[in-house]
Amino acid sequence: MTLWIVLALMTGAAVLAVLWPLGRAQSQQPSAETATDAAFYKAQLAEIERDAERGLIEPSEAETAKVEAARRLLASARRGEAAGPLSATAGRRRAAAVVALVGLPLVSLTIYLTLGNPAIPDMPLQARNDRAAPDMSMGQALARIEEHLAKNPNDGRGQEVVGPVYMSMGRFADAERAFAAAIRILGDSPHRWESLGEAQVAQADGIVTANARTSFDKALALDAKLVKARYYRALAAEQDGDKAKALSLYSELAAEAPAGAPIKARLDDKVAELGGKPPQPSGEAAQAIAGMAAGDRMTAIRGMVASLDARLAEKGDDVEGWLRLVRSYMVLGEPEKARDAFARGRAALASDQTGRDRLEALGRELKIEGS
Amino acid sequence: MRRPQPRSRGPDAMVVEVGHYALVLALALSLVLTFIPAWGAHTRDSALMGVARPAAFAMLGFAALAFLALTIAYVDSDFSVLNVVQNSHSSKPLAYKISGVWSNHEGSMLLWVTILALFAGLVAWRGAHMPQRLLAYVLSVQGAIAAAFFLFILLTSNPFARVMPAPFEGEGLNPILQDPGLAIHPPLLYLGYVGFSVAFSFAVGALLEGRIDAVWARFVRPWTLLAWAFLTLGIAMGSYWAYYELGWGGWWFWDPVENASLMPWLAGTALIHSIVVMEKRDALKVWTILLSILAFSLSLIGTFLVRSGVLTSVHSFASDPTRGVFILGILIFFIGGGLTLFAWRAPVLRQGGLFAPISREGALVLNNLFLSAACAAVFIGTLYPLGLEALTGGKISVGAPFFEATFLPLTVPLLLLVPVGQSLAWKRGDLLGVAQRLAAAFALALAGAIVVFAVTRRGPVAAPLGIGLGLWLILGSASEIFNRSHRAGASLAVVLRRAAGLPRSAWGTALAHAGLGVTVIGIAATAWGVERLATMKAGESLDLGPYQVTLEAVVPRNGPDYRETAALLAIRDGDRLVGRVEPGKRTFTGRSMPTSEAGLLTVGLGQVYASVAEIEAGGSVGVRLYWKPWVLFIWLGAVVMAAGGVLSLSDRRARVGAPVRRAAPAAVPAE
Repeated sequence: MTLWIVLALMTGAAVLAVLWPLGRAQSQQPSAETATDAAFYKAQLAEIERDAERGLIEPSEAETAKVEAARRLLASARRGEAAGPLSATAGRRRAAAVVALVGLPLVSLTIYLTLGNPAIPDMPLQARNDRAAPDMSMGQALARIEEHLAKNPNDGRGQEVVGPVYMSMGRFADAERAFAAAIRILGDSPHRWESLGEAQVAQADGIVTANARTSFDKALALDAKLVKARYYRALAAEQDGDKAKALSLYSELAAEAPAGAPIKARLDDKVAELGGKPPQPSGEAAQAIAGMAAGDRMTAIRGMVASLDARLAEKGDDVEGWLRLVRSYMVLGEPEKARDAFARGRAALASDQTGRDRLEALGRELKIEGS
Repeated sequence: MRRPQPRSRGPDAMVVEVGHYALVLALALSLVLTFIPAWGAHTRDSALMGVARPAAFAMLGFAALAFLALTIAYVDSDFSVLNVVQNSHSSKPLAYKISGVWSNHEGSMLLWVTILALFAGLVAWRGAHMPQRLLAYVLSVQGAIAAAFFLFILLTSNPFARVMPAPFEGEGLNPILQDPGLAIHPPLLYLGYVGFSVAFSFAVGALLEGRIDAVWARFVRPWTLLAWAFLTLGIAMGSYWAYYELGWGGWWFWDPVENASLMPWLAGTALIHSIVVMEKRDALKVWTILLSILAFSLSLIGTFLVRSGVLTSVHSFASDPTRGVFILGILIFFIGGGLTLFAWRAPVLRQGGLFAPISREGALVLNNLFLSAACAAVFIGTLYPLGLEALTGGKISVGAPFFEATFLPLTVPLLLLVPVGQSLAWKRGDLLGVAQRLAAAFALALAGAIVVFAVTRRGPVAAPLGIGLGLWLILGSASEIFNRSHRAGASLAVVLRRAAGLPRSAWGTALAHAGLGVTVIGIAATAWGVERLATMKAGESLDLGPYQVTLEAVVPRNGPDYRETAALLAIRDGDRLVGRVEPGKRTFTGRSMPTSEAGLLTVGLGQVYASVAEIEAGGSVGVRLYWKPWVLFIWLGAVVMAAGGVLSLSDRRARVGAPVRRAAPAAVPAE
C-alpha cells in the first residue's frame, strides 16, 4: 500500500514540474532574446578595446573589428524587432496543462503496470539471511558454505560438512571432491573413507568401481564394523558375479541389522534373491511398523500434528512449535489449516517480536495470505 | 560468517520498484520535454517554452533516482533483481558492487541516459540567460534523445526486471572485471560521449530556429570543451588500462572499441576549434553545425554500433535482433534526421564573410581539414572491414599498418603547424612576424632533437624527430604566452603581470597544446623501449635496457579467492636494487582459465613491465619483460590536455549572461 502512495507522490511531483511553469505569471520581457545578444556583442567590443590597449592588435585592426561587432549588434537588434514580441495564448497553455495532468500519469502508469512488479518487495540479502536463519533452506546453507570454502579451501571440517549436502542434492562429483579434500586435510578416518566410497559409487550410477572398493577397504581396515562399507563390499562381490561371497556377506549383515532399520529389509531381499533364508526379525514393534500400510502411516502422522496443535492451543509461546505446525499443514496439503495456524500463531506470539518475524518470514516463504 | 550491517530497511521497502517507476516517469517527462517546449518555440509561446527548464530538472531528478535505486540494489545484493543476480555477487568488495552497476549492458545504458539527463539539467541550469527559443529547442532535442533511450532501456534492456524466487547468490564474480581502471573509465568516456549531445542539440536547435551566430557559438563552446576534456581523460584511462591489463606492452591497438572513442574525439577536437572561429569571426557556421552533428553521431556509433555487436558478430545479432534493431533505429533516426535537417535547413543560415588564408581562422580551417581527414581515415579503417563482413561474410583485417600509413601522415603536418596557427593573428596574419616570434622555440626544439640524436646515436632515427616535434609543441605554446605578455623593454614583473592577466582561454589553449607535445614525446620515446622474451630459471639474470632483471624465485601463493604462481623478479641498476615486481599466473576458484597478472615498476617516468607467459615444468618460467622509458608521458600529456580544456572552459567569457566585468583584476596599467 505504501508503495502506491510513494508512486502517487512521485507522479504528483512530475506533473507539478510541468504545471508550475505553465501557471506562473509570465514576467518574460519580449526583448529577452535581443538583450542577451546585445550583452554578448558589447562584451566583444570591450574585449577588442582591451586587446588594443595592450597592443595585441594594431589600432587600425581594432577599429575594423569594432565596426564589425557593432554591425552585428545592430543586426541582432533589427532581427529582434522583426521577430515581434513573444506570445502566450491561454488555449495552448490549457492544452499543455491537460497533457501534464492526464497524459503524463496515464502514460507512466500504463507502462509501469505492464513492466513493473509492484507486489515484490526489496530483498536485500542481509535481511533475508537474518530472517531466514532459523530455517535456512538447503540452497542458502550451501551457498554460505561454498562461499566460506572458496575463501578457506583448507577448512577440512567445512569440506566434511558440505559433502553430505552435495550427496543429498545429487551432486556426486562435488561430493567426492569434498570428501577427498577432507581426507587430504584432516587425515584418515573410517567414516570419511566410507563416505568417499559412497560418493564414488553414486557417481558411477551404482557400480562399485575399483576406486570405490579401495575406499571401502581403507574404511574397513580402520573399522571393520562399518555397515555401509560392508554392504557395498557385498554389492561389489555380487556385481562381480561372486554370488557365494555376496550371500555370505549379506547374511552376516542381515543378522546383525537391528529390526526395523531401513537397511534390514533391503538385506533380507538381497539374501532371498541370492537363495539364502532371511533371519527372523527380532523386535515385535519393528514388525508392527514395517507392516503398517501407507494410509495408516499417514493417519499416525496426522495424529501427531493434531496433538501438536492441541498443545500449542494451550501453551502458545513456542515459536518452533508454530513454525513446525504451519509447515506440517502445508506439507499435508491443508492450506486452510495452515493459514488458520499461522493466524493463531501470530496472535499467540504477539509479545514475541522476533518470534513473530520468523513466523511471518515463513508465511511469506509459503505464500500464505495475510502475511 | 557475515558481519551485521548497521543500515537496515524495513521488510516492505520498495526501493527497486520506486526506481523502476522513476525510470518510467523520466520517460514520460522526456516526452513532455520533447514536444511542449518545441511547440512553444515554434509558436513563440513563452509559457510553453517555460516548461523546458523545470521539465529538464525533473527528468534529471527521476533518472538519478532510478540510477540510485539500482545502485542500492547492487550494494544490498538484492537478488530479486535479475540484473544484480547476473552481474554481482555477495562477496564482492563494496567498490566493485557499485561499479558493477555499469559494468553490464543494462546498467551502462542507465548510466548513459542518466548522464544525458544530467547534461540536459546542466544546460537548463546555465540557460537562464540564454535566448529563450534556442534554449527551448535545445532542451527539446535533448529530451528526444533521452526519450529514445529511456524507451530502449524499458523495452529491451530493463535493469529492474525481477526474478522469483530470488536466488541466494549472484553469478557475477568475474575477478578480471574487478579493476579500478575498468570501474572508472566508462563513466569518464560516457561524460565525454554524452557531452557532445549538447553540441548536437544546439546544432539541431539552431537549424530549427533558422538562426546561428556568434552568440550561439559562445553558448555551445563550454559544453563542447567539457565533453572534449572528459573524452580525452576517458580515452587516456582506457588506453592505460589496456596497457597494464592486457599484458601486451602496447598503449594503443587500433582496436575497433578504441577507434570508436577516437573518432568522436577527432571530430570534437575539430569542433572546439571551429567554434572559436565562429565566435570570433562569425564564419564557418555551416561547417560548425555539421561538425556538431557529426561529433555526436560518432559518439553514438562509438557507444552502440560497435558495442552492440551488430557488426562484429552477425551471428549474435541474428539470434537476438530486438536490441540491435532498436539501436539501429535510434542511430538512423538521430544521425539521419540530423543530417537531413542539416541538408534542408543549412542554406537558410546566413553565411559569414570570407577571410584571408594566412590568418588564425585560416590556420584553424587547415586544422579542421586535417582532423576531419584523420577522422575519416579511422572511420574507414574501423567500419569498412566490419561492414564488409556483415554484407559478404568475408573477413579482412585492417590493422596498425593501415592506420600508420593513413593517420600519421595526416597528424604529423598538423602537429607541425599547431604553434604557427596559434601565433597567427585574426583576420590578417603576418607569416614573417610569426616566423620571427617562433624562431627561438623552433631553434630550441631542433637543438633538443639533435642533442637527443647525439646521445642515442645507435637508436631509431624517428625517435629524436618525435622528441623534437613534442618540444616544438611545448615551446611553441610557451612562446605564445611569452609573446603576448612581453613588450620591448618591459621588466620581468610587468611581463608576469601581463601573463597572469591573459584570458584563461589563452592559457588553456597553450596548456592543451603543450599537453599534446608531452604525449608526442611519450609516444616518440616508445621507440627506445626494450622487449625481452626469455625462459628463466631461479637465480638467472638478463639485461633489460639499463637494468638487470633477476628471477629470484618462483613461488606458489594463495590469495583471497585465487591460487597464484608468482615469479619474484628483482630489478637492479648495477649493484643498486631499483625495485621488485611479482608478476604471476592466477587461477581463481571456480574458474579454470588462469589469468596473467602483470608486474609494473615505475622508475621516474618510465616503467618496467613484466608478465608471466608460461610456467614450465622444472621451475623455469617464460617471462615477457619490457623497459619503457618515459611511457607515462603519453597519459600525462592527455591529463594536461584535459586540464587545458577545463582551464579554457573556466574562462570568464564562457559564462555568458553573467554581468561582464570591465577589466580583469590584473589588468595592465597604462604605460
